Amino acid sequence: MRNDTSYHSVMSRKNETLKASIGIDYQQFELSPIAFDYEGLMNSYGYSLPDIQRIQMETGVGNTPLVELKNITELVRSVSALGKGGRIFVKDERACPSGSFKDRRASLSVYHAARLGYKGVVAATSGNYGAAVASQAAKYGLKAIILQEVYDSHKVGQPEILEKTRTCEAYGAEVWQLTVGPELFYIMLLILEETGFFSASLYIPTGVLGIETLGYELAQQVKEQEGRSPDMVVIAHAGGGNVTGTARGLQKAGVHETAVVGVSVDLRGLHMASDYDFNRKSFTTAHSGFGFPFLTWPDRTDVPRNTARALRYLDRYVLVSQGEVFYATELLAKLEGMERGPAGNTSLAAAIPLAKELDRDQILVVQETEYTAAGKLPSSQLTFAEENGIEVRRGHPKGNIPGKVIVIPERIEQMRIEEVSLNGIRESYLKNAIEAAKGYKPAEQDILFLAEDSKSSAEFVRKTLNSFVITAST
Amino acid sequence: MKRTSQEKHINSAHKGDLVQIHKVILTPEQRPADLPAPTKAVPYEAWIKGLLLNKEAKIGDTVQIETFIGRQLSGTLVEVNPLYDHNFGKPRPELLSIGKEVKKAPEGKNREPSHEK
Repeated sequence: MRNDTSYHSVMSRKNETLKASIGIDYQQFELSPIAFDYEGLMNSYGYSLPDIQRIQMETGVGNTPLVELKNITELVRSVSALGKGGRIFVKDERACPSGSFKDRRASLSVYHAARLGYKGVVAATSGNYGAAVASQAAKYGLKAIILQEVYDSHKVGQPEILEKTRTCEAYGAEVWQLTVGPELFYIMLLILEETGFFSASLYIPTGVLGIETLGYELAQQVKEQEGRSPDMVVIAHAGGGNVTGTARGLQKAGVHETAVVGVSVDLRGLHMASDYDFNRKSFTTAHSGFGFPFLTWPDRTDVPRNTARALRYLDRYVLVSQGEVFYATELLAKLEGMERGPAGNTSLAAAIPLAKELDRDQILVVQETEYTAAGKLPSSQLTFAEENGIEVRRGHPKGNIPGKVIVIPERIEQMRIEEVSLNGIRESYLKNAIEAAKGYKPAEQDILFLAEDSKSSAEFVRKTLNSFVITAST
Repeated sequence: MKRTSQEKHINSAHKGDLVQIHKVILTPEQRPADLPAPTKAVPYEAWIKGLLLNKEAKIGDTVQIETFIGRQLSGTLVEVNPLYDHNFGKPRPELLSIGKEVKKAPEGKNREPSHEK
């Protein structure tokens, strides 16, 4: 049947294709139609944190500088209440070989693929992860195929993704530039069948374990430099790996009191699979179009069970606007002498209003930056936005309308965050879990799993599940 | 970004030239039903680069290429010596003054070189 390459035929072979290309039998971790052994899956490859640190050191991944943003901190203090304005630090992940924290994910997955004897790796990604996989594949002598959603049906492409095509090809990868659509998964399965390569999915255990070193390192660096733990770590959130890996790394460093804050760029109202909406956004990752669906149902991805489960770790989830991220990018360049890519400054944009909440002796860590290049700049992204009919102007960020208006703040005190109710997210997650279980009645172990998976309590889960029954019967 | 008009397009290629091919992966009818209308109305397409394996070819011909990892693929020849034409964008008036604005000392005081704890 393998010669039948039609959409439905390839999709129907999904499970066997993925099993062959990842080397994990996910079935063995399933405990019920709801619960699975998350830590068992995470540990199934047998990599400890010291193993991962050693593997990453061999290819120059990690050990990035932790830099205090003294001038931005001072600016924030100038508009904070008396005694407020925490110290802002940034983990300069741009120092990784391909220019972002994604090298941490790719390094372990590509190492693993090489160890298992795969000849190549495949990844479906329009972001920095493609460059990271291509870079690591070059180091291990493996072939890389990167599948990117780049163009709308008029062959107009996001400048940021076109830059990703260039950099992946610079590392020697075969790049498929595709139009908009969820069939990215279909073409990935088809290529995995054809090549027998390893699927370097963002959501396999190595894709998340590789980021634990980031959380661990930053906790160690703050401890060494300041003799204490960070009070808040701010993390851009899309598919969930960044939050999950960083938070797990903090825990492994013995840091349990630090507030873990996820941030996405607000693109609510734009449909992620729409050919029309595709080029009406300036951010192609770390936005709400991924952030919400992956929190409310992580198992929607290219593997049977997603190891990136941000809801397990988040203490807060906040949104910022595109214009505020561009403004923060300008501040970082002009006040701190660090020119970095806008998408990597999503968490910095949120850090500015968040630092106003903290006391002056408290420490906030922005846990990433990314490289910048043609296409990955406020100027190129705003030029592209205007070419696609988006209004760009200065003003109060509350005037931002995703897909219509980008407002660059006029003053630092206009920077704000929109708090998302995590309990609301948890309710949606529980609803999705019950629906996916198709009539199965949750047992005690399922209640405990759901409580852990949503960072809530058995009591919260029971109360919420009961409310569904009441709603359904009235 | 849109292709700029001053580019000089080359219409034919020889074996070993870097080219870009185009493939229609799924026609609108072959695409899944649950897509947003603007997406469902158009084909699912791909563009891939590689070195031309045919002795000679013109734009629009069906050709074979060898990709950067040595795989052979076929498709319609659409570009010879494909250009990376994404750029730094135009200077943005909305951004130009931000540096000057934030470097103004708060309350008219000079900022100290190191922060106070």
